[in-house]
Amino acid sequence: MIFGVAAAMLATSVLSAAVLAVTPSARTGAWVNVGGCGAVLGIASTLPWVAPGGGPYLFLDSLNVVFLLLNCFVAFTSSIYSACYIRHELAEGRLNQANVRFYHAMFQLMLFAMNLALLANNIGLMWVALELATLTTIMIVGLYRTAAALEAAWKYFILGSVGIALALFGTILVYLAARPSMGDDLDAMVWTKLLAAAPGFDPALLNIAFVFLLVGYGTKVGLVPLHAWLPDAHAEGPTPISAVLSGLMLNVALYALLRFKVLVAANAQAIPPGPLMIGLGLLSVLFASFMLYRRRDVKRLFAYSSIEHMGIAVFAFGMAGSLGNFAGLLQMAMHSLTKSAIFFLVGLATQVKGSQWIADIGGLTESHPALGWGLVAGVLAITGLPPFGVFTSEFLLVTVTMQRQPMLAVVLVLGLLLALAALLRHVRGLAFGPATGSLAPVSRIAMVPAFLHLALVATAGIWLPPGVVTWLQNAARLLG
Amino acid sequence: MHTIGFDISHTLAGLLVLVSFMMLYQVRLLALVNVLALHAFVLALAVAWQAVIQEAPQLFITALIALTCKAALIPWALRKLVTRLGLHREVETVGGTGATMIAGIALVALSLQVVLPATLRADPVAREDIALALSVVLIGLLVMTTRRNAVSQVAGFMALEDGINLAATGARGMPLVVEISVAFSVLVAFIVIGIFLFRIRERFDTVDVGGLDRFRGGRS
Repeated sequence: MIFGVAAAMLATSVLSAAVLAVTPSARTGAWVNVGGCGAVLGIASTLPWVAPGGGPYLFLDSLNVVFLLLNCFVAFTSSIYSACYIRHELAEGRLNQANVRFYHAMFQLMLFAMNLALLANNIGLMWVALELATLTTIMIVGLYRTAAALEAAWKYFILGSVGIALALFGTILVYLAARPSMGDDLDAMVWTKLLAAAPGFDPALLNIAFVFLLVGYGTKVGLVPLHAWLPDAHAEGPTPISAVLSGLMLNVALYALLRFKVLVAANAQAIPPGPLMIGLGLLSVLFASFMLYRRRDVKRLFAYSSIEHMGIAVFAFGMAGSLGNFAGLLQMAMHSLTKSAIFFLVGLATQVKGSQWIADIGGLTESHPALGWGLVAGVLAITGLPPFGVFTSEFLLVTVTMQRQPMLAVVLVLGLLLALAALLRHVRGLAFGPATGSLAPVSRIAMVPAFLHLALVATAGIWLPPGVVTWLQNAARLLG
Repeated sequence: MHTIGFDISHTLAGLLVLVSFMMLYQVRLLALVNVLALHAFVLALAVAWQAVIQEAPQLFITALIALTCKAALIPWALRKLVTRLGLHREVETVGGTGATMIAGIALVALSLQVVLPATLRADPVAREDIALALSVVLIGLLVMTTRRNAVSQVAGFMALEDGINLAATGARGMPLVVEISVAFSVLVAFIVIGIFLFRIRERFDTVDVGGLDRFRGGRS
C-alpha cells in the first residue's frame, strides 16, 4: 500500500517535470505545474490512512507523514502563487519563455527530490535525494542570470556542495559503525534496521559521524555559522522559490538531521546529540536576531528570520523529550506556513513597487490594504505574538526550557525579543506611513495562498484540533 | 593481517594525500588542473585495487567513472575554460604557500588523531583508508578556502570529493556505492557546467572574497 502511494506521488512529479520540459507556452506550463502539485497533494492526503511500514528503500512512519503533508501542501500553494508571479515577470520582460519552461520543470523535480528524501528509509538514498533537491534549487536561484543572482547561486553551489559532501562522509561513517554488528548487507544502510541495532554500534565512530552529519546537513538547514548561502539565495532567486526554500527545503534538511539524531541518541555510550543541537540552535537564534536590525533588502530580512526560526526548531529538538519535540514539530510546521505566506506577500509588494529595498516600500496598508494588513498579520505571527500558532510553539518551548534549563530559557527569550523588536521596527516602515512607489493593483488570486496560510496559522494558535495534536505527539514520540 | 594487498591499498591512499599536497603549492591554474587530473587518476587506481581485494566487481565501475570523467573529461573542460577565458595568470591565494602547507600537515595529523582511536573495532583496511580519506577531504577544503578563483574552488571541491569516494569504496561492502558515486559525479558535472553557463569573464574576478563583500555591502 505504502509503495503504491509513494510511487504514485514520486511518479506524478517526474511525469509533470517531463511534460513541463516540453511545454513551450509559459502560461500552460504554469497551470500544468499547479495541476502536478495539486495531484501530488491529493495523493499525499491519503497518507494518514496508509498503514505505516515499508521496505529497504522507502518507508512511512508517523514522523515523515507530517513532513510529507506539509511539504506537498506548501508546494501546492506556492505553485498557485508562482503562476501569478511568473505571469507578472513575463509581462515585465524579466524572464522569457525558455527561462520559465526550465523553472517549471525544475520546480517539479525539486518536489520529487524533497518527497523522495522524506520517504527514504535508506540513508544513501536520502543523501542522493537531498543532493538532487540542492541542485534543482541552485538552478532556480540563478534563474535571473543577473550578476547578483549568479553570485548567490554560486555561493549556494559551493557551500551547499561542501555541506552535502560532508554529510556523505558522515553517512559512510554511520555505515562503518554499523558494519561490525550488521555485516555488509543492504540492511546496514536501512534506517529502521539501523535504529534497532544502534545500541550495539561503535560509539566513537558514531560520534564522529554525527559531527559530520550535523555540519553537512546543518549547512542546508542554515545553522550559524554555516548559513552564508541562505540570505543570498533567498534574496536573489524568484520569490516563489524563496518561499519554498524557507518553507520546505530547510525542513527537509532538518528532517534528515533528525533521523540521524535519533540514531545516535539510541546508542547510550555515544555523546548525546542534544547539547550540540541546543548550542548551534541558540547561536543561530541570537546571531540572526541581531542581523535582522540592519537589513535593507526585504527578502534578505525575512531570510534571516528563517535562520532564527530554524535555530528555534533545532534548539527544541535538542531539548527533546515529548514536549520539546512536540514544540519543535509545531514550530517547523507553523514557520513553514507563516514564512511562505510572508514571502508570497513580500513578492507581490516588490513586484508592484519594483524594488526589494525596504526604503522603497512604504505605506502598504494605504496603497494596497489587503496586502499591507496581510503582511502585518504575517509579521506579527512570525514574531510569535498571540493568537498565531508560532506563539503556541514558542510558548511551549520556553516553558519546557524554563523547567529544565532556566539559564538557556533566558537566552532564548532574549533572542526572541530581539527578533520581535527588529521585525516590528521594519514592518512599521513597510506597512504604515505615506505610500511610496506605484499604486497599481496586485493580483487577487496571488494573495489567496498567503491568506489561506495565515488563516491556518491563526486557527492553530487558537484551537489545535485534537486529531492534529495526537498526530504530532506520535511523531514527537518517535524522536525520543 | 599485513598482506601485500593491505600495503598496496594504503600506499595508494597515501599517494592520494601526497597529490593533494601538490595541489596546495600550485600557483598556475593550468598546473592546478593537471594535478587535479593526476589526483583523480590515483583515485581510480585506489578504487580499482579495492575492487580487487574486496572481490567487488561493481567498484570497477566507480574506478572507470573516476578515470573517464574526473581524470580526463572534467580536466579537459577546465583546461579549455582556462585558455578560452585567458586565465593564465597566477592563482590568487590567501596566505603564503608555506603557511598553507603547514596547515595541510596539521590537518593530516588531526584526521589521523580523530579517526584512528575511534575505529579500533572497524576493519583494519578500512580504518587507515578512512583516516587518509579524511585528510584528503580536509585538504580539499583547505584548497577551496585558500583560493579565490572559481576554477580553483572547483579543483578543491573535486579533491574533497575524491577523498569521500576513497572513504566510500574503502568501507568494505557498502551498498549503493556505485549509485552514490554516480550521483556525486553528476554534482561535479553540474558545477563545471555551471561555470560554463556563468562564463562571463568578470564572474571569475568577482568570485572572490572581496567581490562578495562588495555585493553584500550593496544589497544587505
